[in-house]
Amino acid sequence: MNWQWFHRLGSPRWFYEKTSRWMPWLASLTLLSLIIGTAWGLGFAPMDSKQGNSYRIIYIHVPSAFLALAGYYVMALAGAVGLVWKIKLSYIVMRSAAPIGATLTLISLVTGAVWGKPTWGTWWVWDARITSMLLLFFLYLGVIVLQSAYRGREIANKVGAILSLVGMINAPIIYKSVDWWFTLHQPATLKLIGKSSIDASMAYPLLLMIAGFYLLYIYLLIHWTRVEILHQEQKTSWVQALFNNSKLAG
Amino acid sequence: MMSNFQFESVADFFTMAGHGSYVWFSYFITIIAITLLIQVPVWKKRQLLTQLKRQQRMNRTSPKYLKS
Repeated sequence: MNWQWFHRLGSPRWFYEKTSRWMPWLASLTLLSLIIGTAWGLGFAPMDSKQGNSYRIIYIHVPSAFLALAGYYVMALAGAVGLVWKIKLSYIVMRSAAPIGATLTLISLVTGAVWGKPTWGTWWVWDARITSMLLLFFLYLGVIVLQSAYRGREIANKVGAILSLVGMINAPIIYKSVDWWFTLHQPATLKLIGKSSIDASMAYPLLLMIAGFYLLYIYLLIHWTRVEILHQEQKTSWVQALFNNSKLAG
Repeated sequence: MMSNFQFESVADFFTMAGHGSYVWFSYFITIIAITLLIQVPVWKKRQLLTQLKRQQRMNRTSPKYLKS
């Protein structure tokens, strides 16, 4: 079997050069789906009969919460790959995933609070879903802090990966929290199997926004990873040459 | 599947029958957060570049015995 692709995939330089061409396309596609999705959700989707217009927050709240959780899987998986195969690139991906995931978790928490005020009459409740999302935010912060707490990059990577993996216990709790406990938070509106509790006219823009946030996540992860690669490889000749040729002279 | 514009006027669109401030605030902070996620690596890259340029200049101008 040809394992060359596997080794190349682990090479930061190969990753940097390969992704250069994708970025403008990925950025345009992301921007397009987010702009159409936002306009659709804000202006054209019908008003909710129970919640009124406040429900329009769903078009950012749900996608950001999805990606907050999906981003955690990405971070933990990258950490695991780094631990097992000692691939440099996967640790760089893990490092990059932490601030993006933390920000997305924060977006879902803040938009959730703002949505809660007109809907439940309160900004915050210590219910299972919200508390487990807050824990997810602290897990992300933990990985970020650990990365800068250790001087040696190798040990920082290892400890970060171990924390990410231990934190995986929280993932099924978040997912199942609305079913396991009695909570204020409404159960999932979109279901892969069975009938969704949301009308198609509201679901289509939501699906578009979720797709847009997935694209945004992929874009951001590559974007952060590329700069982290430059940072870690700054002593190498290919990065030096890249900067010498760049027009970004400072 | 796309239905018509749901609001009578632009003013109506902004107030959203009393929910405008909640909705617009949510979208506003999301845009700020995403903009920061895009900008922070750009700033980091620029910082790295200036740092490397300075190092190169120092290597060029300083006498040989000061070079690391």
